[in-house]
Amino acid sequence: MDREDLFTLYRRMLLIRRFEERSAEMYALAKIAGFLHLYIGEEAIAVGAIAAIRADDYVISAYRDHGHCLAKGSDPSQVMAELFGKATGLCKGKGGSMHLVDAKRNFMGGYAIVGGHLPLATGLAFAVKYQKRDQLVLCFFGEGAVPSGQAHEAFNLAALWKLPVIFVCENNRYAMGTPITRGIALYSDLAGKVRAHGIQAETVDGMDVLAVRTLMKTVVRKVRAEPQPYFVEATTYRFMGHSMADPAHGHYRTKEEVEEERGRDPLVLLRQTIMNQGLGTEADFKRLEREMSEIVAAAVKFADESPFPARTALEKDVYSE
Amino acid sequence: MLIPYREALNQAMREEMRRDDRIFLIGEEVGHYQGAFKVSKGFVEEFGSQRVLDTPITEAGFTGLAIGAAIAGLHPIVELMTFNFGILALDQIVNNAAKIRYMSGGQLSVPIVIRGPGSAAHQLGAQHSQSLEAWFCHVPGLKVIAPATPHDAKGLLKSAVRDQNPVIFIEAQLLYGTKGEVQEGEYTIPIGQAEVKRQGKDVTIVAYSKMLLLALEVAELLAREGIEAEVVDPRTLKPLDLATITGSVKKTGRLVIVEEGWRFAGLGAQIAESVYAEAFDYLDAPIVRVTGADVPMPYARPLEDAAIPDREGVLAAVRQLIKGGH
Repeated sequence: MDREDLFTLYRRMLLIRRFEERSAEMYALAKIAGFLHLYIGEEAIAVGAIAAIRADDYVISAYRDHGHCLAKGSDPSQVMAELFGKATGLCKGKGGSMHLVDAKRNFMGGYAIVGGHLPLATGLAFAVKYQKRDQLVLCFFGEGAVPSGQAHEAFNLAALWKLPVIFVCENNRYAMGTPITRGIALYSDLAGKVRAHGIQAETVDGMDVLAVRTLMKTVVRKVRAEPQPYFVEATTYRFMGHSMADPAHGHYRTKEEVEEERGRDPLVLLRQTIMNQGLGTEADFKRLEREMSEIVAAAVKFADESPFPARTALEKDVYSE
Repeated sequence: MLIPYREALNQAMREEMRRDDRIFLIGEEVGHYQGAFKVSKGFVEEFGSQRVLDTPITEAGFTGLAIGAAIAGLHPIVELMTFNFGILALDQIVNNAAKIRYMSGGQLSVPIVIRGPGSAAHQLGAQHSQSLEAWFCHVPGLKVIAPATPHDAKGLLKSAVRDQNPVIFIEAQLLYGTKGEVQEGEYTIPIGQAEVKRQGKDVTIVAYSKMLLLALEVAELLAREGIEAEVVDPRTLKPLDLATITGSVKKTGRLVIVEEGWRFAGLGAQIAESVYAEAFDYLDAPIVRVTGADVPMPYARPLEDAAIPDREGVLAAVRQLIKGGH
């Protein structure tokens, strides 16, 4: 194992973790409003999967999208400014937490109608194939989207036309407050459901960033070599509530369950791997902590000091000229 | 040249697809079947099945796919077999196509045309006979076009394909076979421009799509009674060319709006509100709307006839307006 490589992955996950924690604080301070869905606990999936693709590949996500956007390389300050609704945000304050877009990094957006962005992902892949390019598309969504009609329409078209799109299902077992066992027939075999469309499908431990990346590298190689859709179910757990409006535990899951799952924190797991291999020291992690907290503090400062959009921005960007 | 409406659409798409290979046509039966209404006749032969794509009957899926392709730089034309089925794609049209530009702060554009027939044909029943243009006009981010003549259909479809925004382009089954003069060679008609289809001084009739043909027919009958109606076709419903409509109203002092859609919250209500706001002082009488009945479309012929504006209904509305005025 390569020290630099492991620390790069750890660093990316830590950035997301600290960014999300500060976002929660800013929400409590009413600097961020609306819905805020945190990615805490699920960092290994975005970081592991995006580490397996090229910078010019497309990524598209649902409403829990901060992690994917940051993992794609977006500037944390611009992301935080968007959450604050500021003119300097990625989308000039018009998108918000659920609708981050960074077009120059081919981060094609966060979408907040469950299942609705899977057809868009197949369309990005269609454009790639139509133009005979060799990019591919990573499409992230929760398991709550799997039974939706639009998801299955997208699976069918992607399989029918052999489009280079990798559907990455982040299975955190709860569609808002409804456990998968009460929401999806065949809940124990999501990959099997999608294989029925003629799509190859695998399951991976979404808490293990190395496992995610290893599987994704294999999948990416196959899809790049021969355009086709692929489905990857990454099992995970969100440590926080569905959104900031929802407590981490209480109504639909127990404190004990959340604590048990926190024992498999993806950051802790990678840190243990690094330590066990003798590739890092406490001092290394402390340095990284300091570095990340500086980046996130700078992002908050930037967002806080940035201006709100001018009233004149209201009617701009509705139409292209 | 005198050609049918469907041929005008065919020419518009053909010319544009020859010009720009980012344009592709996607929808149910558009390829090998050549379109449910034969609008895409000969397209697979000319452009191949890579650019003329037959889809499964999954409107949300293929409309969403086209929107995704548009944000990646392609220019899709989506054919809905009818706009009734477009209801299945409303999430994609309303939540994605119309909003992606705004939500992204102008980073992404959605250059897409979603076209197909709206309104009633003959006895197709409640689920296949709807005029839904008001739904689309309500949504910021969409443009909506409903041409009545082959000339307008061709020129406006070419403009729609070149537009960088999502355009809803509403045709009509009963218009596909209607013929009209189309000018030779390359031309486009700007989006957002109404046209005065008939000059008159006594009353303005605003009508679009199929209802324009009815309005012109009624205007000829009124002329025999000495009433000269000016007929204005907005052609584009959003953005609406209010200046042309109010210009006519300022001349005639009276306005009748004819639309096939349901009365309540129909497009005519918006046009009337806009005219009241802009030209109230010029009106000699309240604006009159002739609309479809607020019922699901019945199957039985006499009931269907009663649910759609007809010659007698429009004639009566105009006569009443003239008689009741000054």
